Parts: sequence; C-alpha cells; structure tokens
Amino acid sequence: MTHGAGGRAMAQLIADIFAPALSNPYLAQGNDQAAMPLPAGAAGGTLVMTTDGYVVSPLFFPGGDIGSLAVHGTINDLAMSGATPLWLSASFIVEEGFPFADLDRIARSMGAAARDAGVPVVTGDTKVVERGKADGVFITTAGVGLVPAGLALSGDLARPGDAVLLSGSIGDHGVAIMSSRENLEFETAIVSDSAALHGLVVDMVNVAGPHLKLMRDPTRGGLAATLNEIAHQSGVGITIAEEAIPVKPEVAAACELLGLEPLNVANEGKLVAVVAAGGADALLGAMKAHPLGRDAAIIGHVTDDPNRFVQMTTSFGGGRIVDWLAGEQLPRIC
Amino acid sequence: MLTASPIPTGSPVARERIRVRGVVQGVGMRPFVFGLAERLGLAGEVRNDAEGVLIEAEGTSLDAFVAALREEAPPLARIAAVERMPLTPTGAAGFVIGASVAGRAATLVPADAATCGDCLDELFDPASRFHLYPFLNCTQCGPRYTITRRLPYDRPNTAMAGFPMCPACAAAYENPRDRRFHAEPVACPDCGPRLSHAIAEIATALQAGQIVALKGIGGFHLMCDATDEAAVAELRRRKRRDAKPFAVMVANAASLDLFAVPTAAHVALATRPARPIVLMPRRPDHDGLAASVAPNLAHVGLVLPYAPVHHLLFHALLGSPEDSGWRSAPQEIALVATSANPGGEPLVIDDADARRRLVGIADLIVTHDRPIVVRADDSVLAVIDGAPAFIRRARGAVPEPVDLGRDGPCVLALGAHLKTTVCVTRGREAFVSQHVGNLDTVETVTFYRETIDHLTSILDVRPDVVACDLHPDYRSTRLAETLGLPVVRVQHHAAHVAAIAAEHGIAGPVLGVALDGHGIGTTSGETDGAPSGNWGGELIAVDGARWTRLGHLAPLALPGGDRAAREPWRMAVAALAAIGRRHEAAARFPGIAIAGALAARIDTAPTTTSLGRLFDAAAGLLGLRTHQDHEGQAAMELEALVGTPRALVDGWTLANSVLDFAPLLAVLADIADRRDGAALFHGTLIDGITAWIVEAAQARGHRTIALGGGCLMNTVLAEGLAVALRANGLVPLLARNVPANDGGLSLGQASMARAAATRGFGTGAT
Ligand SMILES: [Fe+3]
Ligand SMILES: [Mg+2]
Ligand SMILES: [Zn+2]
Ligand SMILES: [Zn+2]
Repeated sequence: MTHGAGGRAMAQLIADIFAPALSNPYLAQGNDQAAMPLPAGAAGGTLVMTTDGYVVSPLFFPGGDIGSLAVHGTINDLAMSGATPLWLSASFIVEEGFPFADLDRIARSMGAAARDAGVPVVTGDTKVVERGKADGVFITTAGVGLVPAGLALSGDLARPGDAVLLSGSIGDHGVAIMSSRENLEFETAIVSDSAALHGLVVDMVNVAGPHLKLMRDPTRGGLAATLNEIAHQSGVGITIAEEAIPVKPEVAAACELLGLEPLNVANEGKLVAVVAAGGADALLGAMKAHPLGRDAAIIGHVTDDPNRFVQMTTSFGGGRIVDWLAGEQLPRIC
Repeated sequence: MLTASPIPTGSPVARERIRVRGVVQGVGMRPFVFGLAERLGLAGEVRNDAEGVLIEAEGTSLDAFVAALREEAPPLARIAAVERMPLTPTGAAGFVIGASVAGRAATLVPADAATCGDCLDELFDPASRFHLYPFLNCTQCGPRYTITRRLPYDRPNTAMAGFPMCPACAAAYENPRDRRFHAEPVACPDCGPRLSHAIAEIATALQAGQIVALKGIGGFHLMCDATDEAAVAELRRRKRRDAKPFAVMVANAASLDLFAVPTAAHVALATRPARPIVLMPRRPDHDGLAASVAPNLAHVGLVLPYAPVHHLLFHALLGSPEDSGWRSAPQEIALVATSANPGGEPLVIDDADARRRLVGIADLIVTHDRPIVVRADDSVLAVIDGAPAFIRRARGAVPEPVDLGRDGPCVLALGAHLKTTVCVTRGREAFVSQHVGNLDTVETVTFYRETIDHLTSILDVRPDVVACDLHPDYRSTRLAETLGLPVVRVQHHAAHVAAIAAEHGIAGPVLGVALDGHGIGTTSGETDGAPSGNWGGELIAVDGARWTRLGHLAPLALPGGDRAAREPWRMAVAALAAIGRRHEAAARFPGIAIAGALAARIDTAPTTTSLGRLFDAAAGLLGLRTHQDHEGQAAMELEALVGTPRALVDGWTLANSVLDFAPLLAVLADIADRRDGAALFHGTLIDGITAWIVEAAQARGHRTIALGGGCLMNTVLAEGLAVALRANGLVPLLARNVPANDGGLSLGQASMARAAATRGFGTGAT
C-alpha cells in the first residue's frame, strides 16, 4: 500500500474497499459529512455520542477481527447508556505496505457487523502512514445514539442493596486474543465473545427500565476494573461471589496455564448491570431470554462501604479484595 | 510529692544533673531511682521529660549511684545513655519524685511484658489480694502497647479507662515504694477486668479434647491439647486448608526440653519479658506432640505463658497443686496456642467478632471485659548463627525503635503487600509496626490503616514523605499515592539490603544480597525507577538513596506468575527447560494435565532471578511437593531434610556476576534420595553465593555484607553463608531486630527514602 499522499490513489482505495464494504444511503451522499434525520417517533430523549480507538494484535482472531470489534465496541459504549445506537463513523490509520486483501477483509467484516447490528457507518476517513509508524491497521470509530425519554443510567447511581448482574461468561475475548497471539493449542478453540449488545439492552430496559441504575461493558481490565469503576463512581462497595461468576472451562484452563485471573481479562460482548433489588429477578429473566444473555447471573450486590472496596467471597468462606490493576498482572508473592 | 531520708554528713558532697536516655518511661524508672537515692542517702529530684529521665542528685556517692542506675535498672528499661553534668551543691535535703514535664517526645508507650516473678508469687499466694486473679500486673509487667488508645500513656487513655481503681489499688498506684507505683493497668479482683469463664471450666474443655478460643494480650488464641492428635487434627480441619505450623505453649522453662532441643540461647530468648514464640530444633525422638502440630518441619515454635490466665490454666490442668513446686518442674502438658485468624484475616481481638468469626472453630470462646485496643500477634524468633532473629515481630517488641544514628525528616514507609509492616521515623529513631499481614482482605487493609494512624498518633508525628515499593499493584503503593505527600518509590531488593544496614547502624555504602521470592526490578539505580522485571536473587550495593545492581541469579522462566509461587511443579518445569530437558515435564508430573503444555510454551513465560523460586524448583524436582498451601512451605520442608549441607563440585557457574545453578539443577533432577538432594542443594547454594559475594567484595573493597530477604529465614542457608563469609575475611550481617523477609521491608524503605528526602526531591538527579 502506497497511498499516503491522499490524492487519487486514496480516492481509489476508498472506492474499492471502504465504500462497497460499508455501503448505505448516508455514506452514499459522498460528502465529508452525513446528513441524518432523527428517528421516526423520537419525540424526546437524549442524544449520546462516543468514540473509541481500536488497536489489537493479532488483527484477526477467533470470533472476530479489528473491523467487527470496532463496530461492536462503539455500539456497546452507546448501548450501556440505554441508547439505541443510530450511526457510526470510522477512521482508519493504515501502515504503508499493509496487504490489500487483509484491509478488504477487515472492511467487509466491519460492514457485515454494522449491517447485522442495524447501525450504519455513515462517514469515514483513511490515512496511510509510513511503515513502522503504525502496526497494520488502527481504527477509530465514533457513534451516535438516542436514549429514550425517562431513562437516565449513570455510573454514580449504584446504591447499597442493589443487585449486580453479569450477562455471561468472562475472559473469552482476552484469552482468545492471547491464545492466538501465543499459538496456544487447546482442545476446544476459545472464541472471542465480541458482539453488539444493544438488542439485549432493549429487552433489559423494557423489563426493568425503572429499576435499572447503570450498565457497563467490562472490556479492558476485565470485570475487576469495571466493578471498581462503578464502586468509585458511586461511592459504594461491591461484594461478588466467586462461584456465581460464569467462566467457561476452556477459558479457566487457559487462564491456569497462563497464570491469569479471569476477573482481569477483557471481554467484548458482556455487560454488567446494577439494578434495584426489586427488579433483579425480572431483569435476570429478560437477560436469560436473549441469546447474548443466556448465561446471565446475579453475581453480587452493592454494599455500604466508604472505602469502596470490591470484594469476592470464595466457596471457602473467605473474602478477598478484587484489585484494579495498573496494567498487566504482575506477581506479588515474595 | 514524697520525701526520702536526709543526706548523711561527713564525706565531700557533690551535685550533678544526670540525664538518662532510652526506654526509661512507663517502666518503673522513677520509683527505682527514688529507692536507689534513698538507699545511697542522696538528695535531689527525678522526673520524666521530653528526652527521658532527668535526675538532680546531691550526696557523697554519685559514682555508685550512676553505676547502679545501669546495673540495677528495671528489667523493662533500656538505658541508651547516661550523661552527667556537675552542679553546685545546694545543701537541700530530701529526694523527691517530680511531676512529668509534658512534651512531644516524652511519650513512648512501652511494649507489653509477661507476668513477672513477683506477680506470679502473688498469683498463687492464698494470702495475696491478687490470689488467682487473671489480670494482675505491676510496673514490671503487664499489657502496655496493646491497651493504649492515645497519648499520653495514662490510665484514662488506655483500655483500663472503664475500671476505676479501688482504694487498695489507688494507694498502691500512688506509693513510690510499691511495685505498682504508676502502673497504669493496675487492677485487682475488686476493681479490675473479669474473665467470662471459670479457669476450671476452660481446663476441663481442654482436657476433653475441645478447642478453646482464649482472649489474651494482643488477640485471641485458639488452644487445644497439643499432645492429642485428634484435637489438633480437628483444629486444622476447622481452620480449613491451613497447613501452617502451630505454636505450642508449655508450662515453664523447665518443660522446653521435653518438646524440643533448646540451646541456652533459645531458653534465654523464650524467658525474655517479651515472651516470644521461639523456633527450636525438634527432638529427634518422640516429643509427645501430635503429628499435625508442625508437619514436616525441623523446628517447633514453643512459647511460655505470658499472661496470668495462661499460668492459671496450667495450674488448673495440673490439678491445682497448692505448693509452688510445679512452677519450676518439667510438665508434660502442652497446648496449641495459635493465632485466631480465620481465613488469613487479622487476629480476632474483639469479643463480638470472636463470637461471630470463631463460632465454627472453637467449642468454647473465653473473653474478658478489658478491650484489646491494638492488635498484636505473638512475636516469633529463631536463633540464627548464634543470635536471635525475628521471624515475625509484634507483641512484646513493638514499639521499640531502631536507632538510625542520625536525624532526618519524618518518613512513613508502607512496606510490601504480604507480611506487611509499616515504619515511621521520628528524629533518629525508626519505629517498625507490628506484623500486619497480607493486604488481600478488607479486614487486613483496615488493620493496616489503623496501624498507620495509631503509630503516627502515639509518636505524635506528621510524616513529611511517604515511601513505598515500585510495584504498582501492591496495596501499600496504592495507599501511598492517596496520602497527598511526596512519594518515594524504593526498589524492593535495595530496601531489603538497606533494612539490614539500618538496623546494624551502617550509614555508608554497603554491599549486600537480597534473596527472596519476588520483587519488581527496575532499570534505574535510583528510587523512583520504572518497574521492569521479576527479581529475587540480587547482589546490590546501597549508598543512601542510591543503589547498584551488581549481579543476579541466572533467570529462570516464571510460568504463570504468582501461580508458580503456589505450584512448585511449575518452577520444576522451568528448571527442566533451563537444563534442556523440558520434554520430561509431562512424564514427571503425570497428575498435572497441563504440564506438557506449560513446558511447550515456557519460552514465552516471563523470567525471574528469584532464589525463592529456585527453592521451589528444587522441591519440585525432588518430588517434595507439586503445590503449596502457604508461601515458603516447600522451601521449609526442603530445609528440614538437610542433615549436613554438602556442595556439589562445579555445581554453579559465575560469569559477569551472574550466578547460575543450572549444573546443580541437572543433578537434582536425577537424585532419588530427597535428603541427599536437600543437603546438596543447600550446600551448593552456600558455596556459589559465597563465591559470588566474595568476588564483588574484593572488586569493590567491601568487608561488611548485608544478607537480606526472606530466604535468609532458612537457618541452614543463613548460617552457612555467615560461616563461609567469615572464613573469607568478611563480616556478614543478618536481620536481627526486624524480620529478613518483607516484614522488615518498611525499615529499608524508610531508610532509603530519608536519604532521598534529605538529598532533596526530584530523585534521579544527583
Ligand atoms: Fe521480599
Ligand atoms: Mg469507549
Ligand atoms: Zn509484675
Ligand atoms: Zn483494685
């Protein structure tokens, strides 16, 4: 790829690769911006917008690639506010020399993910940088969504007594990435959970809207980081039960081999919800009824704790602090 | 104010101001001085002030007075210095005890002390008003640190606040000729605390094989008959998964021989007023102790009774003899006395907490109504290379300071993550807190914060600087970052070496080794370097805040990070990979499904230079154990197998200060006899590490060698290194007053951070 100057070659690249892959009426307007109508019947509500950069190695992994991930991740960030995701943008930084075939595969995967989710990529940008100034492809996506009137979820709303729910097993994405990175061979292939969660969220809001306090997707830093963020933002403690947290056996086995704690491993298709205790059972039912929440569970509850500790009780009856790690998991046993 | 007898006349009269420094307050110093002055016919005054005890004395025998001050000082006093200044005699008559002069530094709370001999006599004297009273004490004994809420150390600020003295106790408290003059916890059956159960009832439960939770000085013990295997095994079962050795309490010093092979040093240590648990060599023959007291270990921890209730229990268990002969005769009774800390949480100190947390463990929960204000586990000491060394430092030792030799800013050092202590410096002294524990539970973190607050409060200081480890995810580091103080991050192993130097009063450059399980390394030889690498077998020169990594052990894979520390089989696989035999992994560990997979990907694992993990590798290769219940278990079991250490010829290589034990590992991999392997492992370590140190010492002109890190708690290794280094003309320094492991890390951090702060911030710039 030698399309750095931004001239005709770049136009060709966009026409050949991104336009067909992401095609929709808004993108077809062909402008530097897209003009979009408010959704039908949107009498009120709040617009939300998010943006996220995607850097992943390897670019292709079991269960997805950087293209689908960039769509799912941004949709999920919108969905966690209870919003209906409406439109996405995408910006590509491509390293000179990156194979066309791979770029094409990423673009088509991205288009498929957007179409499956019903959320079009309505505008985009592409830059090619010198070899070594990027690692293959970086993607930045932004998204706009509409939160229905009357719904106001926020990370500071967790209160003692609220229930904490998790939509499914943890660690799948991070372990899939790591096993493909290290060429680990496991009896069962571990597949990333990368998925768009807004459909699940709609069902959850419909059932438990008034009881729902907040939702978060436990991506980088895993469930441990997300629970700690919630505890800090809300000024509460959280206690979870180890045996309530679903971990797939193959993920557990890989974590054992790698010395990882599943709680600290990234997910890309899971969400954590905090709900008033009265709404917990109904919410759990709604989640379990959706394919992406089949393994949902109530994993714990919010506590009154000025120290904002997240604790995990084990089957031995002891409790330990669930840490919010600075980075990778480092040994601590001296 | 009291007046002593007048001065005898005839000889030349002199007057002096005499300053006494050290641990001289709250230990009965003033009544002692008063009595001494009376005896020698001196006039004058004694009082406490900000610097210790100040005496003005006038008479004809001042030299004898000063000599006696040192020689006859009360047992709990530690006289650091006596300074004399001549004054003009005034001719005034009488000797008085003056009022204390309040001041910041005047106020050091003494450590807790075991029931003294005089009190024991009263305890078993039917004529005494203290007969069989479980809370008797005097100026020479009793709880101190553990009952002190705040300063000054006066009864209303202690757990005795709720017990107004009866007339008899008040009279004793006011009388300088009484053993209880100004003994803040003084109490008797009429006015003092009470036990929840009759002694006879507790003794009966123990005799029936039951488990008793007993509230003591610094916390609750779990007790049972240590000679009854069923009782001890049941205690282990109820404490769950815990294979840590239990301490054993025996009736008196004469009984120690029945259960161990103590040397005179062990006995002296065990009978100190601090009454620590002392690790003693086990009897080679049958010692009468239940097998599950200290499985597979070479030492057993014995402790003598230190609270009146302990003595009363032994008395009752012996059938309440009326004469006192039992107190000095060997007794075959032994009681497990282990900390009541379910699930690795801090020791239980609160009555309600005991009823809640110990209900599934103890058959009988015995409390009393004197609150334990400050939690303090039993201290544990070993005799290493002929002298005492702390393994765990708490009750009876805290808050005695380490003298840093010079003034400096006030530093709060927050220690490590496991076995944590904190250290606070004030002036030239460093105060290391009691053992806090592992910062993995909310309860321990709460205790940790309370310890910081209590220590800074009783020292009446506000830290200028906070010191912590380089590790970003130690909870101590996290706390350091929230205090709003300048933070100095000290590399783990440099701090281990600095701790040894600090307690031995070495101010200049020092060469040392830090041998432990793990610490985060860095590329920079300053405080505040960027974290990088897993270290644990380091040759380091420390000079103030600066340090240099001169050498290290050859790296081994660390497959699975902390899991490798819990599962020695992983380190055994790492060792196999290091000697080109990774293909043996699956066959050697047939019970471990992932052994082959782990071996296959071992090149992508992080590496470590840790000696602790090398111990795990050896234990794994020798088939000692594949998994361990607690840190150091495999290493301790390996040590217990050593008869006489023996060095393998060409068992190590040394190049560019990298010490490689690969040849030793290759031999261990094929040794069938574990005792042989253990002897060879220890002997070769001693041989190689000595050569490594000697080379660096000669190259850099060092004579004194600091030996720090948790591996130095291994007696065979520590003594072997000490002897070998001396044979090479070097002076080895071992950890003595603070533990060699991470329990002593806060002292090293404090010492280095003080140097950094003294030099000015913006470390890295020199
Ligand atoms: Fe250490
Ligand atoms: Mg985001
Ligand atoms: Zn006494
Ligand atoms: Zn009384």
